Amino acid sequence: MNPEMVALLAAVLFVLGAVGVLIRRNALVIFMCVELMLNSANLLLVSFAYAHGSLDGQVAAFFVMVVAAAEVVVGLSIIVSVYRSRRTTSVDAPDLLKL
Amino acid sequence: MILLEPELTGQTLYISGGVFDFAWLMLAAPAVGAAVLLLTGSFFDKRGHWISILAVLASFATALAIFVQFLIGGGGSYSVDYLNWITTPAWSVNIGLYIDQLSILFALLITGVGSVIHIYSVGYMAHDVRRRRFFAFLNLFVFAMLLLVLANDYLVLFVGWEGVGLSSYLLIGFWQHKPAAAAAAKKAFVMNRIGDLGLTMTVFTLLAFLGSSSFADVDAKIGTLSPQWITAVGLFLLLAACGKSAQFPLQAWLLDAMEGPTPVSALIHAATMVTAGVYLVVRSHTIFAVSEIATTAVVIVATVTIFIGAWIGCAKDDIKKVLAGSTMSQIGYMLLAAGIGPAGYAFAIFHLITHGFFKANMFLGAGSVMHATGDDVDMRHFGGLARFLPVTFATFAMGYLAIIGIPPLAGYFSKDHIIEAAFEHNLVVGSAALLGAGITAFYMTRLMMMTFFGARRWEPGVHPHESPKSMTIQLIILALFSVAIGVVMNGWIQGWLAPALGTEVHEIQWLPTPIGLITLLVVIVGVAAGVYLFRVRPVPVAQPQTKNPLVIAGRNDLFGDLANETLVVKPTMFAAQVANANDTVFIDGAIDGVAVGALKLSEIGRKLQSGRVRSYALATFVGAVFIGVITIIGQLG
Repeated sequence: MNPEMVALLAAVLFVLGAVGVLIRRNALVIFMCVELMLNSANLLLVSFAYAHGSLDGQVAAFFVMVVAAAEVVVGLSIIVSVYRSRRTTSVDAPDLLKL
Repeated sequence: MILLEPELTGQTLYISGGVFDFAWLMLAAPAVGAAVLLLTGSFFDKRGHWISILAVLASFATALAIFVQFLIGGGGSYSVDYLNWITTPAWSVNIGLYIDQLSILFALLITGVGSVIHIYSVGYMAHDVRRRRFFAFLNLFVFAMLLLVLANDYLVLFVGWEGVGLSSYLLIGFWQHKPAAAAAAKKAFVMNRIGDLGLTMTVFTLLAFLGSSSFADVDAKIGTLSPQWITAVGLFLLLAACGKSAQFPLQAWLLDAMEGPTPVSALIHAATMVTAGVYLVVRSHTIFAVSEIATTAVVIVATVTIFIGAWIGCAKDDIKKVLAGSTMSQIGYMLLAAGIGPAGYAFAIFHLITHGFFKANMFLGAGSVMHATGDDVDMRHFGGLARFLPVTFATFAMGYLAIIGIPPLAGYFSKDHIIEAAFEHNLVVGSAALLGAGITAFYMTRLMMMTFFGARRWEPGVHPHESPKSMTIQLIILALFSVAIGVVMNGWIQGWLAPALGTEVHEIQWLPTPIGLITLLVVIVGVAAGVYLFRVRPVPVAQPQTKNPLVIAGRNDLFGDLANETLVVKPTMFAAQVANANDTVFIDGAIDGVAVGALKLSEIGRKLQSGRVRSYALATFVGAVFIGVITIIGQLG
């Protein structure tokens, strides 16, 4: 397995995620894109750990996954409650805090 | 503790003890009286005036005992320090008393006339719901006035000086529900402050140059002061005297002060407080003795005021204001005598004492007339009251004869000496004093004729009646003094005051001198003119219209208010408006400008917080990229 190819894949995944966050309005899609960026980082961590024969990166990847899971719980529940009150999942719609 | 002055008396006197150990009682009694009446609330509403009278009588008894001690013991003076007030490395001030022939005479006048007026006020203020407070203020006044004349230090004197100013303010404005009384009180207070500036400047100068403001130190060290500063101190003292004694150019408050209850006018604005300026000048004789300019200024101010007061007295129809004008004019005589120098000091005090009695007598008489006519003060509404108020008339007549100087009543001796001393001093000043005596006779005759003689011009519904005994007895006492005090004191006063003032005793003429005869002639002319104009010719009920500028000026207090208005009030108001504009435009502008600037900046800043989530995401992204690029470049370097 070629680490350069893996790094390239991770970069492509990260850019896809970042662009998705920037241009999409749907909160769920943005959420998935965020996950995509996290996973591209995970991929790099795991592959470099493998290449260096060290477990540090693998452990870090587990931490990222745990944090991402927790974040999904909070984020999804916010999205659901916003959808209930405003009937939309667009990130531009909730603007009550604006003056 | 005891200061002996053998160099003045030629004999050593006054070992500690005797009545002098009780001198503090003179001050303590009225102070306690005032405190009790003011602090106990309504508890003493019914009987409180007796406490007040008891206090002032105790004070009088103490003063009398000390006076008798002086009479028996001869000359000398007594000075005692009770406590240390202020101490600095450079100087210290003690609170203490200085009792000599001059101050004890004053204390007697204050407590004596004060007692009479306290008792008179019981009847006069019987129907006033705030009578307790009135008596408390009267006691406060007596205390402050005694502190003024008995202090042994200019700074302590100043405390009394302010105290009488305060009680004068409280008593002029005693009927505070009347806007005129409230305004008059404020006016008196503010104009007195100008005079007080003179006294504070005196104290500052003395402390700065002599390191002490006590009379003893000032007397001893005044020679070390440079002539310019002595003159300055003299002029400061004159300013102070002008304010308190209503002398030109600070005379305007005294006429308005007549808004106060009549006993107050009698005690404060005729007999005692307004003469404090004369006391101050005479007490500071060592300062004036070495400054030609200051004494000349005193003489000029006094001469001008003699005429201003007399002029106003001729033109007013308000009985109390005529008396107030007359007071001004008579104090002018006293100040004139004090300004003439050592030859006049004793006569100034002599006239002050006699005037205290006969003017208090006439003020209380005026109060009795007002009492009889339903608090009317317009003399055009009087007339023919002599038959209805026999006691008031008889006593008032004694005061009248005394003030115009008919021998052998009090005013004849005291005023005659001043006029003679004025002629010896300067022909112009002497002639002015002589003419003033004639005008005095004229306006006092006018007052007598309009009030007690002629046709009855009473308002409908007025039934004049004699005042109660508690008032008439006081009138009789004061009338007796108006008659007799001149003869009693004439041959004695100079010798009495000589140790205190360091003057020489001049021979006194009992029979009229040529100048005395001329004075008498002028007075008779004045009386005749008064009788012709206001007895022979009928007095109109309404004030006649006139184009005579002299009369118009007199009726308007010689435009004293107008002068104050244009020269002082208007410029002050203008300065205040400029300051106010400066405040609103520049100071407020600067502070508001900062606030508005912060607001505008934050308006710009809040645009960053658009509320669009994706913009934030973009900003985060750009930031992350930026940091990444920086990191990579750092690695390469």
